[in-house]
Amino acid sequence: MPRGVTNVSRQIYGLHMMGFWVCVGIAAVVFGVMTWSLIFHRRSRGAVADVTMVHNTKVEIIWTAIPVIILVGMALPAARILVRINNNAHAQLNIRITGFQWGWQYQYVGTPVSFISKLGYRSDRARQLDSGINPDTVPDYLLTVDHPLVVPTGTKIRLLVTSVDVIHSWWVPDFGVKKDAIPGFINEVSFTVDPNKPGTYRGQCTELCGRDHAYMPVVVRAVSPAQFAAWLKQEEAQQKQGVNLSAQQASTQAPVAEPTG
Amino acid sequence: MAEPHVETIAHADHEHMPHGWRRWVFATNHKDIGTMYLIASCVMFFIGGAAAMVIRAELFEPGMQLVDPGVFNSLTTLHGLIMIFGAIMPAWVGLANWMIPLQIGAPDMALPRLNNLSFWILPFAFSLLIATFFVPGSAPAGGWTMYPPLTLQFGDSFPMLIFAIHLMGISSILGAINVIVTIMNMRAPGMTLLRMPLFVWTWLITAFLLIAVMPVLAGAVTMMLTDHFFGTSFFNAAGGGDPVMFQHIFWFFGHPEVYIMILPAFGVISEIIPTFSRKPLFGYEAMVYATASIAFLSFIVWAHHMFTVGLPVSAQLFFMFSTMLIAVPTGVKVFNWAATMWKGSLSFEPPMLFAVAFLFLFSIGGFSGLMLALVPADYQYHGTYFVVAHFHYVLVTGAAFAIMGAVYYWLPKWSGRMYDMALAKWHFWLSTIFVNVLFFPQHFLGLAGMPRRTPDYAVQFTDWNQVSSIGGFAFGLSQLLLPYIVWKCVRSGKPVEGNRAWEGAHGLEWELPSPPPFHSWTVPPSEALIARGAEH
Repeated sequence: MPRGVTNVSRQIYGLHMMGFWVCVGIAAVVFGVMTWSLIFHRRSRGAVADVTMVHNTKVEIIWTAIPVIILVGMALPAARILVRINNNAHAQLNIRITGFQWGWQYQYVGTPVSFISKLGYRSDRARQLDSGINPDTVPDYLLTVDHPLVVPTGTKIRLLVTSVDVIHSWWVPDFGVKKDAIPGFINEVSFTVDPNKPGTYRGQCTELCGRDHAYMPVVVRAVSPAQFAAWLKQEEAQQKQGVNLSAQQASTQAPVAEPTG
Repeated sequence: MAEPHVETIAHADHEHMPHGWRRWVFATNHKDIGTMYLIASCVMFFIGGAAAMVIRAELFEPGMQLVDPGVFNSLTTLHGLIMIFGAIMPAWVGLANWMIPLQIGAPDMALPRLNNLSFWILPFAFSLLIATFFVPGSAPAGGWTMYPPLTLQFGDSFPMLIFAIHLMGISSILGAINVIVTIMNMRAPGMTLLRMPLFVWTWLITAFLLIAVMPVLAGAVTMMLTDHFFGTSFFNAAGGGDPVMFQHIFWFFGHPEVYIMILPAFGVISEIIPTFSRKPLFGYEAMVYATASIAFLSFIVWAHHMFTVGLPVSAQLFFMFSTMLIAVPTGVKVFNWAATMWKGSLSFEPPMLFAVAFLFLFSIGGFSGLMLALVPADYQYHGTYFVVAHFHYVLVTGAAFAIMGAVYYWLPKWSGRMYDMALAKWHFWLSTIFVNVLFFPQHFLGLAGMPRRTPDYAVQFTDWNQVSSIGGFAFGLSQLLLPYIVWKCVRSGKPVEGNRAWEGAHGLEWELPSPPPFHSWTVPPSEALIARGAEH
């Protein structure tokens, strides 16, 4: 699991590692005891069964109580983090995300900026049945889009996630953000990208949404607030002029130049 | 062994055993029906397994080589439905049919004709389900969870799916009623509830779960049916309905369903481990209460399958806590099994091998389950291969391994013959090694960000997918040994001497000859026999 680049993802990563090590610890003890029995209490070594050992209230209370204590120890930090990361107040930027079969529409609330984001052309060609194109030759196969979402770093962003057809789920592992897009509902989720971590972050739809479920990636480009403001202004101007941006143009105008699919 | 019942068996020849096809089509005998259930389960296991082989073959490399993505989705959907409703559940019902009357000292199940019906519904249900592959449009491809609105998009196959589910549900409910009535009314005098073997106990609790939740599933799919054909809007947001409500209803069924598949496994493991540890089960009563607690808790954890749908924080907290609570009774069970082996005199015949593997590997599934319960972490795990790895550890190395262990444990009793022990050990080792090669890397894939239910993936996931696929093919092939071993045993196995196939075995089933007479306990076992079987 990535440590990620947001306040949310880092806390989740910490919790994940804690859960993992607790499980490893329990496993070491329990599997250790069982392995000891398997080795030393086998008949071929002449072990004789202690048939009187059938019940021991004290031991049973202990091994009920210890797991309870461990669980409370795990539940408390989990609950704290859960409450903290589910705080959607005071967002500085609202983006509406609408899932559809099979792509995403992004709308910057309060601006006319709105566009559709679909699987990049080269990936789309390579992923056809028996396309003859080796996916290894396609940069970021299945994880590129024609028109990525652009967000500013260091800014609290609230996503309003919904869908027009079936249920989708918007996920960027590096953000620790996964939210179902459900027709008729608007789900909220918030995050802040670290100011020093601009870059391109990739994810996928994680709720089975039909034939091309595997082919609706999420690509987010995090840029500095100044670059974001400039980009937004440019997009606004173009949308006002009614310029219908082609996918290619849109991506070359994005602040961080990078070839897309 | 001069017990009174031996005499009754001697003149049990006039038992009116039907012959030919009538014996099976009109079967009312619990053993015959149990055998048919087990055979059906085995057939479905290989059909579902074949689907899995295609899935793993397509996932061997990135890019699409074998099937259309839509077909891939149908394969995952049918793989899930077939394995759950066709392989695991009927195997448990088959074992219940065979073992419950033997273990409680009854001649047969309480409702033999109902028993016949509940079995014979299944071939129709699964023919209907598998036939969806051959109708215009597509087979159901919305996942075994059948979430609307996606599942409503499939054409002619949709009503077939719904009716297949209805049939399976009816079959399960009838089977569960039969189990409850049998256990409540047919126990031999002296077989008090707290003397019952744990397999009987776990099945009794499972049967209550079945009766409680199968109608819920039937209701959910019926609501979807009326949404599709009669203009209702239960799950249609445009009509004022709620797609998430389906998930609540489905998982209110779905989570107890998980325990329906695993509780009888707990029962089997609790039979096998004492036998081969030559030591009574540790903490029998705690085991019973732990099973009941797990069953109760299973009703209040359903929304942990839905942490990303946008539940209120308070609901997420509740379901996280209730889910974590399940670890307590489950832990008690594992500790009790470990304590049963402690200071035992262990030997490792095939049933014990499967039981020990169950202990370790089911626990791994439990650990990943605990991690999944932590809601913030679940945001990252949800919908990825981490979940796939988790539930396959619980269902394959949990439920399926317990079923195989049970078959190897009781097959000498059923057939009166011993199977090829060396071959069975081969089956065990191949299965155990390759099931880990198959599923363990899926944890890594999930944590690295690979979503489940995708036919294609980004190239960085290639290596572990190839490892997983190789494990999958090898695991699949090794399973062919199982029917061969059983077939060979029944045809030409060495006859078992005496009633007790395993020296450490306790319980009433081991007091009858191998194979047992057609009508199991025509005369109730004596109090002394019952007490000896229930030494715990």
